Amino acid sequence: MGVIQVQEPGLFTTVQDLGREGFGPLGVSASGAADAISLRMGNRLVGNAEGAAGLEMTLLGGTFLFPDFGATLDGKPVELWTAFESRPGQALRLGPTCSGARCYLCVRGGIAVKLFLGSASTHILSGLGGHDGRALRKGDVLNIGAASVSSRERSLSARALKELQARKVLRVTPGPQSDWFPESARRLFYESRYRVAEESNRMGIRLEGAIVPVPSGGEMISEGVLLGAIQVPEGGKPIILFVEQQTTGGYPKIANVISADFHSLGQLRPRDEIRFERIDWETARALLRKQEELFASD
Amino acid sequence: MVTSAGEGARFQSASDQSLLVSFGQEITLQAHQQVVKLLRLLESEPVAGIRNLHPAYCSLLVKFDGLGLRHEEVEAILRRYLGRLEEVDLPEPRQVEIPVCYGGEFGPDLAAVCTMHGMTPAQAIELHASAEYLVYFLGFVPGFAYLGELSEALVTPRLAVPRRRVPAGSVGIAGNQTGVYPFATPGGWRLLGRTPMAMFRTDRDELSLLSIGDRVRFTPISAERFAALEKEWA
Repeated sequence: MGVIQVQEPGLFTTVQDLGREGFGPLGVSASGAADAISLRMGNRLVGNAEGAAGLEMTLLGGTFLFPDFGATLDGKPVELWTAFESRPGQALRLGPTCSGARCYLCVRGGIAVKLFLGSASTHILSGLGGHDGRALRKGDVLNIGAASVSSRERSLSARALKELQARKVLRVTPGPQSDWFPESARRLFYESRYRVAEESNRMGIRLEGAIVPVPSGGEMISEGVLLGAIQVPEGGKPIILFVEQQTTGGYPKIANVISADFHSLGQLRPRDEIRFERIDWETARALLRKQEELFASD
Repeated sequence: MVTSAGEGARFQSASDQSLLVSFGQEITLQAHQQVVKLLRLLESEPVAGIRNLHPAYCSLLVKFDGLGLRHEEVEAILRRYLGRLEEVDLPEPRQVEIPVCYGGEFGPDLAAVCTMHGMTPAQAIELHASAEYLVYFLGFVPGFAYLGELSEALVTPRLAVPRRRVPAGSVGIAGNQTGVYPFATPGGWRLLGRTPMAMFRTDRDELSLLSIGDRVRFTPISAERFAALEKEWA
């Protein structure tokens, strides 16, 4: 089993897979990669199962050494969306992002950590999962799992990559409390451009822009919430619940990002401008199906 | 009214892969029991394609695989389950006792809460520790139990500005609820004390100390006892 040494962790780098589903009754949210599509694509490139654990880097990448396994081009540029072999002692260095917010490093065999509720994903708020439940630090050593012999490397077509590109116009369906908002508030929400606030994180993406009038009629009773729900708390600044969301919430939800656009949330940077486009349930379903077909196609 | 056929339950599409089932818009024991019964039934007889369940006061959010199931199909399945809720025998609730050291550095808001209600710390502690609470559901973070109801005399709004970091084990109140923070997280509940008990541990079978439907009592302990228990349970 090989290892990866963390020379520089980057801004915020965690071990992530596709998350742990099914533990809502314990208050444990599914968590997982902020851009699950990218992680899955990365894993395919190196011949892993799509859900193998990889490293999720945020805004600024790190430097990683593969001392007994192989690494990459000391200094020579490596293209995104490619797999490459590496020789012992080589260092893979990643710089700041040019577009998008997150970059995934997948290694053949996956990152091997002790699973928490069946998943390798780091849950920062509770300090559980991943590597010691925290973001990586300089000097950390990560184990690489055993690669299955039968695995083959698979890449996606240029067309698929294009179709899966992160979007800035997020498609949404109505939230459970959409009707609580007056027509004018909904119109404002859909007509406005919102800016991603600095204090966004894996729990929630906070938005700045047009203040959505909060419905009158008192407080709502807390109910279950999921990734992509757009809450409007007092103050009227929408928050998109993200991968490490709380499992229940007490603010009215005006809309919900469709599943086929979840990965786009993972690529939003502070100060990015976005807007919302309302679509119907059937279209949302069709878009999800189409996305999965791209993965099934080769 | 919620009938045995579940006609009173309300279904709402919450997202393209989830359905919200609500039992009224009021926090009642009856609604809570409907939530727990539906949850238990879905746990004992899982439905292929249902991925996750988020129970709350009077609703259950059902997450499903949108590639294999549609909202209408999930609703039809859930209606059949709702028709069988009467079959579900809920076990006698577990009684859980949680030792709490009130006030001082462990309960930084105790004094302010007393001032707001015109009572002494001893009275506030007595009110908080003499009631038996129901675990309505777990939410927010792993193992965080929403406990109710707080004595009316102690009902206090959340802090206007939440703390950036509430220490693990902190016992807080908000509105007519009380709860224990399992992890050091941000939080806006007013802190009355702290328990040395671990609310969520990954090195035991029952990860969460509390589960939905449990009954909880808080027992006041001294700072010395807190230190001793903390050492014993570390």
